Amino acid sequence: MEDDIRELYQEVILDHGKNPRNFRHPEDATCEANGNNPLCGDKLTVFVKVGANDDIEDAAFEGRGCAISVASASMMTNIVIGKKVAQADELFDIFHKMCMGEDVGEPPKEFEDDIDKLMVLSGVKQFPMRVKCATLAWHTMNAAVHGKEASTSE
Amino acid sequence: MMTGANLSRKEEPDFRYDVSAIRADFPALSLEINGHPLAFLDSGASAQKPVHVLERMDRAYRSEYANVHRGAYTLSQLATESYENARATVASFMNAKTPDEIIFTRNVTEAINLVAYSYGRKFLSAGDEIIISHMEHHANIVPWQLLRDAIGIVIKIAPIDDAGNFLMDEFKKLIGSRTKLIAITQISNVLGTIVPIKEIVNLAHEAGAHVLIDGAQGICHHGVDVQDLDAEFYVFTGHKLYGPTGIGVLWGKLDLLNEMPPYQGGGDMIENVTFEKSTYREAPARFEAGTPPIVEAIGLAAAIDYVSSIGLANIAAHENSVLAYATNKLSQVKGLKIIGQADRKAGIISFELKGAHPHDIGTIVDSKGVAIRAGHHCAQPLMERYGVAATARASLGMYSNSDDIDQLVDALNYVKEIFD
Repeated sequence: MEDDIRELYQEVILDHGKNPRNFRHPEDATCEANGNNPLCGDKLTVFVKVGANDDIEDAAFEGRGCAISVASASMMTNIVIGKKVAQADELFDIFHKMCMGEDVGEPPKEFEDDIDKLMVLSGVKQFPMRVKCATLAWHTMNAAVHGKEASTSE
Repeated sequence: MMTGANLSRKEEPDFRYDVSAIRADFPALSLEINGHPLAFLDSGASAQKPVHVLERMDRAYRSEYANVHRGAYTLSQLATESYENARATVASFMNAKTPDEIIFTRNVTEAINLVAYSYGRKFLSAGDEIIISHMEHHANIVPWQLLRDAIGIVIKIAPIDDAGNFLMDEFKKLIGSRTKLIAITQISNVLGTIVPIKEIVNLAHEAGAHVLIDGAQGICHHGVDVQDLDAEFYVFTGHKLYGPTGIGVLWGKLDLLNEMPPYQGGGDMIENVTFEKSTYREAPARFEAGTPPIVEAIGLAAAIDYVSSIGLANIAAHENSVLAYATNKLSQVKGLKIIGQADRKAGIISFELKGAHPHDIGTIVDSKGVAIRAGHHCAQPLMERYGVAATARASLGMYSNSDDIDQLVDALNYVKEIFD
């Protein structure tokens, strides 16, 4: 169990949790959504700037939450900037499966580096109560880019 | 109770109180969680159950079970007797005038919704005011908001200070000619604040207002004498009082209950039904439509018998000494801030730990066998008051001891090790 804890709270997650990247409110965001975890009261807002050809030109977030949800939001924004919306959707699907401990099969070559990075968060699969923390930012970004009002990870 | 077996540890509170003998009555307390002995510090959410309750419910299902108030046969009569005896046990525990004042509900939430719906629509109208406090559980906020949306009452909020003390002078200013009801907690589930409910009842009555006390936390840390308190309603739930889930209690003054319309319609609550019109029985039957939680009521009575055999005052004294021990120990953890330091407190300690979110704390201490609550504790307006989204909370029960606290402190140091 303590190994699982150490795997979950590894250095890179603690770093992203303490010093989140893209923690800001971009003025030129084209869409945003609020995500909340009604069980615990954690809230975050994800901002995305989608340009021509569905390119994600910028992604950022604000809010408060646990180390896992903040680290996940931080890493997610880093990863999706420069991707297309459809690629972000695909990554969300893979990431969600990783967190649930499901088989993700052979991931597309183009995502290899991203999936390596996201792998550090897959330790949540040992903690079913925390899966929603890891996926909250992704659900929220999904709601933002697809024009849904708000999101919960419930 | 005293065996002397546990006297060697000088921190152990109250020498007349044999906490190790009590712990032995609770099977769950000997569980091992993630390779560590369980330190269960979430009794404020729901308490563990003594073997007396488990065995009593088992026996009820095995040898005295049938539906109540219906059958002409022996087994139904046995079940009905046990169920009604449970009502009498609850009545005597609260010092109610008669068991007829005891209405079994599913939990506190249902009890408050019952009052808001039935009493609210009968006795309140647009512009009438009710007062709740800033530290209410959602169960004592949302039902009143539903009523407000339905009939246009006004909800006023009695403030607290930063330590979590109820501000009596501010409360007095809120009472006016339109004040009809004060609905307030006996003990805050987040801050542990003990609210001066007797004084509140007196003030309310001077103004001609009624009072509902949410005893969810109060019943197990303090108990209640409803005749002495003289409020109109008092509600509590079984599962925090070491009884089963699915059983709560609404106590109300009998005359008032009998003036209130039914909350739910169905079997067992009627005198006579035709397709044109139905007439209703008096309390408590009026408010217990359908098959009630029979065995849960019997289990609750067993829990009350168990608690009474030890004595609520003894339990409170024990919890107070563990609370003092815990407050002292936790205050020494660097970066830890206790939220809720009211002058009068029960065994509930909410806290923040610098640099660690409550959820992370909850997950990490669990790996050391420590069960605490992390979250908003169904009290979001109160979280807002303190500018936090969530807190970690350790809450005590009759079986809590200094070992639990030491294990918590060690686990918190492990959290700090990870985050520092």
